[in-house]
Amino acid sequence: MTELVFFTNQVIISGLVLGCIYALGAIGITLIFGILRFAHFAHSELMTGGAFIAFLLASLFAAWGIVTPIPTGFVVLPIAMVLAAILALGIDKGFYAPLRKRGAKPVTLLIASIGVTLMIQGLIRLFFGAGSYSFFETEAKEVFRFDLTGIGSTRPLVITEPQVLMILVTFVSVLALHFFLTRSRLGKAMRAMADNADLAQVSGINTALVVRVTWIIAGALGCMAGTMLALDVTLKPDLAFNIILPIFAAAIVGGLGQAYGAIAGGLLIGFAETLAVFNWTMLLRPLNAILPDWMQLPPTLALVPTEYKLTVAFVILVVTLLVRPTGIFKGASS
Amino acid sequence: MIQRSLTLFGGLFVLILLMGWVMGAPFTSSRLVEAAAYALIALGLNIQWGYGGLFNFGIMGFLMVGGAAVTFISYPVNPVFWGGEGPAMLGKALLAFAGGALIVLAARKADRIGITGKWKAVLTVLAWFVAYVLYRSQLDPAAAYIESAAGGGWVGGLGGHPILGWVFGGVLAAGIAYVVGKICLGLRTDYLAIATIGISEIIRALIKNMDWLTRGTLTVSPIPWPTPLPQEFQAGGMNIANSLLAARAGYLLLALVVLGVVLWLISRAYAGPWGRMMRAIRDNHIAATSMGKNVTARQLEIFVFGSVLMGIGGAMLVSFVQIFDPSSYQPINHTFLIWVMVIVGGAGNNWGALFGAVLLWLIWVVSEPLSKAVFDFVSTWSTQFGWGAIPEIEARSAQMRVFVLGLVITIALRFAPTGLIPEVVKRES
Repeated sequence: MTELVFFTNQVIISGLVLGCIYALGAIGITLIFGILRFAHFAHSELMTGGAFIAFLLASLFAAWGIVTPIPTGFVVLPIAMVLAAILALGIDKGFYAPLRKRGAKPVTLLIASIGVTLMIQGLIRLFFGAGSYSFFETEAKEVFRFDLTGIGSTRPLVITEPQVLMILVTFVSVLALHFFLTRSRLGKAMRAMADNADLAQVSGINTALVVRVTWIIAGALGCMAGTMLALDVTLKPDLAFNIILPIFAAAIVGGLGQAYGAIAGGLLIGFAETLAVFNWTMLLRPLNAILPDWMQLPPTLALVPTEYKLTVAFVILVVTLLVRPTGIFKGASS
Repeated sequence: MIQRSLTLFGGLFVLILLMGWVMGAPFTSSRLVEAAAYALIALGLNIQWGYGGLFNFGIMGFLMVGGAAVTFISYPVNPVFWGGEGPAMLGKALLAFAGGALIVLAARKADRIGITGKWKAVLTVLAWFVAYVLYRSQLDPAAAYIESAAGGGWVGGLGGHPILGWVFGGVLAAGIAYVVGKICLGLRTDYLAIATIGISEIIRALIKNMDWLTRGTLTVSPIPWPTPLPQEFQAGGMNIANSLLAARAGYLLLALVVLGVVLWLISRAYAGPWGRMMRAIRDNHIAATSMGKNVTARQLEIFVFGSVLMGIGGAMLVSFVQIFDPSSYQPINHTFLIWVMVIVGGAGNNWGALFGAVLLWLIWVVSEPLSKAVFDFVSTWSTQFGWGAIPEIEARSAQMRVFVLGLVITIALRFAPTGLIPEVVKRES
């Protein structure tokens, strides 16, 4: 039983947390690709910027002496999401809209998004330095330990409070997004425009409004993903820049332009990364008792060494592009 | 057009002189050597993007391959490794690799014996897995042995001439570019960008963690120079400042010769039928296909050519700084910077790429001391007003280069989308 609990701690919980973060980031990327037809690299900076906005708000709350029952990071999240959505709208207005008006190709927009990445990252580093911050400097990070000796496990099941909230919040927002996309007029307009922009325009859909809503959703979800990642680990200026490629991998694996695909892709990449570096001997150790001497399991039996964890996502990405470039859910073709 | 280019290059020359005057000749001379290497890399990207319209965002990977190649060729031989069992174990790992490759190839030909569809896919996946396990089972003990004291720590170099290392860097980059191109070139632009970034990250992870081959984060130094080192001039009785200048002048001369030859060759290629065909493919590959051009093969060709230049440039950079440190490679410094160089300079125009490379490299190195000066100035000013000084000026100004790079590319895209020295489109009237 101990082995199964260890597996749950190491793979199921951390894979789910990582998958949630990837999925939230990938939704934004996939929506922007569906509506505006370009790969938005600066999404990583929307995430990092959103996390820093939340961090500033949380510090303000702490300075005012407001104590909340759940981590302050989650309390300020709605305000931070609104601010991040405004930031995303501003970035579009300032950098991408002029290029779109000129009729620039998607490639130019992609390069422009790299320029935006560099500028925002430079600004964040200018104001916050290169060090790392924690949301839990003034409050304790609560850790739940479930004692499982009753079912024969010597090891407790460990999950932190942010992780529980993170999974809940992701679930709720994905559900909300689902209802928005399928039930509301605007959500339907978004899907129509992703399918065929010209047809959507001639049938009277306000495309400018759809573009704005896309940026609002992308900015808000990006902020959510960044803040949750910062709550789970630490907040650094290159927080999301390092995981933007796994997020792209998630969006492509799910099929670019497909919101549900992004969720599936995010969870897939998250679990693939944790499973690939998991030491299987820890789970299969009881087998040593029944296996003959020459077949004893080695002390480490992982698919790839831990230092190659991020590489797993790239390998999945490349294989997907080769075997099925449209992704699981048949997104935009390559 | 000619006049504009001349003015711009004249301005660049004045800028270099100014930099030499303010920052000192030794500093400027080494920056110029690096600028020459970056110019070579930018020309490589210009071939791929400017001539062929290929979206290569994996430049960092090719630079690392070039650096690893020159380290391997020119670093002195490691006798402990060659005397131990390491070579034999590596030989076994190579055999396992070959065996694995055979298994995968055999699985791909499974339809010959009537296994098709789903079963073939299952068989292929299984073959990959078996091949991987086979390779790892041989490589892991070999790597562990070589990294131990008995194995010599790492394989060491071959002790060859650094120029040979540059050539090998180009060859190795070509080989990898061939494989990458075969895999990715069928993809559309955005996908190609993401795929190449992914591959360059895989290359980085491999080079960083294969300690037995590259020494990984432990870094390798000193890597020998192809030209006489400052120490050799000092042994001849020269003072330190002059010896630095003389040695760097020698290196710069060699780099400029390489750059000149490359520039001449690719300009000839651009003007010739091959260049016209490439531009035709870039502008409309469907029309080019209908004219009977083999678009995929030509694109692969140009991808490999460009990557060779990147490999050589990466090798030149590493042998100049004399240290190979895989953890110093970052996508911002080694991929995005090159892209900004080519776009600001003018994609499709070799002189534009050259100009952009030198200009951007100078901006990149100058922006740190410059922003430090600005911060110092603002800091004294704000202290006088009683607002207090700016904290951590050193660390903050070091981060400003990233912002400046982003600002430059944003301005360029907005106001000069074709670059400062744009491509000249000739039309027959």
